[in-house]
Amino acid sequence: MFRYSVKRFLGAGPTLLILVALAFFLMRAAPGGPFDAERPVSPAVRANLERAYHLDEPLLQQFGRYVAGLVRGDFGPSFQYPDYTVTELIREGFPVSLRIGAFAMLLALLAGVTAGILAALRQNRAADAGIMAAAMTGISIPNFVIAPLLILLFAVHLDWLPGGGYGDGSLRYLMLPVVALALPQIAYIARLTRGSMVEVLRSPFIRTARAKGLPAHTVVLRHALKPALLPVVSYLGPATAALITGSVVIEQIFGIPGLGRFFVQGALNRDYTLVLGVVVFYGALIVVLNLIVDLLYAVLDPRVRYT
Amino acid sequence: MRGVTQTLPAAEPVEEVIGRGLWTDALARLRHNRAAMISLIVLVCVIVLVLLGPSASPYAYDDTNFDAISLPPSAGDAHYFGTDTLGRDLFVRTLIGGRLSLLVGLVATLVSLVIGVSYGATAGYFGGRVDHLMMRIVDILYAMPFLFLVILLLVFFGRNLLLMFVAIGAINWLDMARIVRGQTLSLRRREFVEAAVVGGVPPFTIIRRHIVPNLLGIVAVYVTLTIPQVMLVESFLSFLGLGVQEPMTSWGALVNEGARGMETTPWMLIFPALFLAATLFCFNFVGDGLRDALDPADRK
Repeated sequence: MFRYSVKRFLGAGPTLLILVALAFFLMRAAPGGPFDAERPVSPAVRANLERAYHLDEPLLQQFGRYVAGLVRGDFGPSFQYPDYTVTELIREGFPVSLRIGAFAMLLALLAGVTAGILAALRQNRAADAGIMAAAMTGISIPNFVIAPLLILLFAVHLDWLPGGGYGDGSLRYLMLPVVALALPQIAYIARLTRGSMVEVLRSPFIRTARAKGLPAHTVVLRHALKPALLPVVSYLGPATAALITGSVVIEQIFGIPGLGRFFVQGALNRDYTLVLGVVVFYGALIVVLNLIVDLLYAVLDPRVRYT
Repeated sequence: MRGVTQTLPAAEPVEEVIGRGLWTDALARLRHNRAAMISLIVLVCVIVLVLLGPSASPYAYDDTNFDAISLPPSAGDAHYFGTDTLGRDLFVRTLIGGRLSLLVGLVATLVSLVIGVSYGATAGYFGGRVDHLMMRIVDILYAMPFLFLVILLLVFFGRNLLLMFVAIGAINWLDMARIVRGQTLSLRRREFVEAAVVGGVPPFTIIRRHIVPNLLGIVAVYVTLTIPQVMLVESFLSFLGLGVQEPMTSWGALVNEGARGMETTPWMLIFPALFLAATLFCFNFVGDGLRDALDPADRK
């Protein structure tokens, strides 16, 4: 286990570095600079500005400076919000995004696994077909289509829930965005769970458990569930990535002041440093979560440690 | 001795046995999959409509008409899906947008197909250290938030369509590479590959002539499943305003416009959303059906 963990840790480092390097040099290769305003500045002012932001240094040195800043948690200044550093913007936006994302993940796991188990137990019957068709719908319909439809139904027509905004962050405001964000993941997890559950239910140890005369729910919940959840555990990494990506549009639609919204605003305003900072921050988050998931998986399934 | 020869009956004309290949077999199975067949028909209808529909309408996709702003759908003036906030005909815009969405889906899938198959087949064929290194690279790339990198690209280098095609294709080849590699690993131990090796055929010719044709089945499945994924990415980018630029449009861009005014002009949201969702849904169903048809062992 120790060796495996060390190997994984060592693997995550290069991934992160490549990501940062790719994003950083892409930004520097982009045409146009941060000081290309409508009104050209005099060469002297420009030189001063460039010195202030260390843009006159060799590229590699700038990269080193950026990475060193990242290590200290400093993402540099924002180009479009002059009073803010990117770090401050992330600190402001991320807790909001995290709250919605965490709720969505929880909902996706609960609903997805339950639906998957139900479908597997009713394999090839009407309930199974129904759940799987619903899951396929959930996978096919992008969440930026679902979200407006949810607003149309629950906020405009029924007037049960607020149609946008974050308000005081209470559940009332979170309900629609969380559901819209979670739906595609519920569908994926349901399909995954069904597939592995069907397989596990056919294995000899389940037959043994049944032959012993254990009640059906004990067989399913105590014996079959644990191995059947392994693929779901390994899906947690991609699921996080998908939730983060999804949150970008969901926050846009519901007008939630999270990090995803900053990201889109930054992208549309060409706020290079903000966009770069968010990509690096989310990239690091995904890499770290993938690492945790890998380790968790190794704990649950000892076989992977020896490959 | 004589008796024996006498009792031999005249050889009956042997009925020609038509071998049922992988594809005939698979198609027969696919034909029994009702959901997949319906999806296929819907897809064909969508494609035909998208290709021919715009020329059947008197309007062009970028014709603005300030006397016909935000009209609800009506057959009377040929605004079958109504008009948008600039008085442009939504029927034509939806179909033209569909052309773009489908085109992105096809081209980007092709890009990912070419990269994925050549990468995976090379890694799988050479095996050993080459394979290990190549797959480590794929592992590292897997952990990247690629969609964000595509957004970076579009922000830094402007929103151009070609860049979007290539970028989306370039992020989607990883799955294809993994699957192709797995298949190649088992194929390269087969006799016909050994025969080719013994015959002195150079490695890349073997890959091209003997390995790749045998991968077509699995690749076909993943192509059908990649197309909707790619279309989803495109519509996602267009929804954020980073994809196609006005007056050109795509389903994602139309959904974005529709979502802004959905309380007063719901048709602007519903028609493009319906087309997008139905198309993605059908591609997924056909892909699933194809997978079941080609690999009956996998069926539960």
